[in-house]
Amino acid sequence: MRSKLVRYGVRFVALGYLGALLIAPLVLIFKDTFAHGIGPVWDALTEVDALHAAKLTLYAMLIAVVANTLFGVAIALYLARRKGFLATVLGAFIDLPLALSPVVVGLALLLVFAQTGWFGPWLNEHGFQVVFAFPSIVIATAFVSLPFVARELIPVLREIGEEQQQAAATLGATRTQTFFRITLPAIRPALTYGIVLTAARALGEYGAVAVVSGAIQGQTETLTMMVARDWNNFDQTGAYATALLLAAFAVIVLIVLNLVKPAHERQEAT
Amino acid sequence: MTIHAEHITKRFGDFTALDDVGVEVADGSLTALLGPSGSGKSTLLRIIAGLETPDAGRVVIGDEDVTNVVPQERGIGFVFQHYAAFKHLTVRRNVAFGLEIRKRPKAEIRARVDELLALVQLNGFADRYPAQLSGGQRQRMALARALAIEPSVLLLDEPFGALDATVRKELRVWLRRLHEEQHVTTILVTHDQEEAMDVADQIVVMNHARVEQTGDPREIYDHPANEFVMGFVGPVATVGDELVRPHDVDLALEPAHDHSEAMVQRIVHLGFEVRVELLLADGSLVSAQITREAAEQLELARNQIVYIRPHRTRSFAAAV
Repeated sequence: MRSKLVRYGVRFVALGYLGALLIAPLVLIFKDTFAHGIGPVWDALTEVDALHAAKLTLYAMLIAVVANTLFGVAIALYLARRKGFLATVLGAFIDLPLALSPVVVGLALLLVFAQTGWFGPWLNEHGFQVVFAFPSIVIATAFVSLPFVARELIPVLREIGEEQQQAAATLGATRTQTFFRITLPAIRPALTYGIVLTAARALGEYGAVAVVSGAIQGQTETLTMMVARDWNNFDQTGAYATALLLAAFAVIVLIVLNLVKPAHERQEAT
Repeated sequence: MTIHAEHITKRFGDFTALDDVGVEVADGSLTALLGPSGSGKSTLLRIIAGLETPDAGRVVIGDEDVTNVVPQERGIGFVFQHYAAFKHLTVRRNVAFGLEIRKRPKAEIRARVDELLALVQLNGFADRYPAQLSGGQRQRMALARALAIEPSVLLLDEPFGALDATVRKELRVWLRRLHEEQHVTTILVTHDQEEAMDVADQIVVMNHARVEQTGDPREIYDHPANEFVMGFVGPVATVGDELVRPHDVDLALEPAHDHSEAMVQRIVHLGFEVRVELLLADGSLVSAQITREAAEQLELARNQIVYIRPHRTRSFAAAV
């Protein structure tokens, strides 16, 4: 009897926690967005600046995800299998984007790429505008979402060990064949999760991108910045609608990656 | 295919795993690398496979110097202690792996895999995943996978080390039979002297990065080159300065001129044999191993005084 009470108590606390932190705010955003019907929401989302911001956010996210997936897999393979000074230092640096406040990241990127920074003048001479333009958004987004794939993969790769790879080698498989036939299937669940985290972080990035992009409406404004601007301008419907769009993107990423996984497993089962 | 490993040296940082080691393996033979953990036997096997690179020395398989050849092109089959099963592939795909890499026709792969699964007695398990097999079955699958590519050399790294005693003994007998059918030159790494004696034509005893002795099982057991080999390949009792196998200690109830006095401390029944633990006059302990019949005739009891005579003793005092 008592254990039953405890069990229900634990469930109640867990659900209450989830409800207060996650579900209630999401439901409220949804409710407030459509407070005046679907018309104003549609108008807010199809406005030229909103479409531009959505496009910018998606492109930055896609580039950051691709770059960090490739980099993350490579660095995880290295860090999981090597020991020594370089690996230790690299392992510590990988986590830097998690530890640093995004605003600091933005300021640091300005120091490197702005007109007065290290590379800024050189890049400008060669016709590259980084700061206050699309490249800076990509760089900032990639920076803050860098560790997730690597961090998800390293423990899994350590757990698997190298014997399967060595067995594949003795059976005649090249490194590339071994990676695609043996390593990748083994790390796929962790990789999927790492990509979801990367994408979510990239979509949601505000601080670093706001500093380096200048948040110029219709030019370098991403969805998160647009939410902030709408809110500051007392455009509640606009802010809520944009916020909902961001949430929708995140859900789509989750769904797409979940669709990819079972399809592959079905193929293997046959 | 013959295997020659010559003057192999390998260091990992400060640790010397192999110190100028040489091994020769005859075509079609089954050689065991026997030694305690850390003796360098696994490292030597991995160097022969190409999974490690020696700091010095060379490896020759058949007529070809393969020292700088990648494992993919050495024509070897390798079996790992912990199976190294491809967990996401079925038993069939695991065994087929090497053939798929070689892009053999589908029908040929299917036929060959069926044949191998029958050979390792896993016929009904083709569509299972490694997680659904027992340890012994997984290792048989790994063996079939290694044999699929028709290797000229089969290398087994403590293949039965992770299995329980009964399965280990079964697989050992089975491996020996398989070797007799297939005649693939095989090297087996083990720390179990009984396993080495049971399956191997030739035993290479290793210790502290060096080869202590090479020979057939009988030679190693009857004529060990030094104290280490004698102690490692079988039980040893010390009588004075001399070493003796416990079954070479004779017991008598009556004193004779070359017998020494001893008191029975403990009698251990091992089944067919009986181990008698004895205390000598000088305070040292000796075990004697005698048949149950002999023990019954002597009517041994605790604290009884008996007279022992070790025969076939050896002394390595000069060598140590």
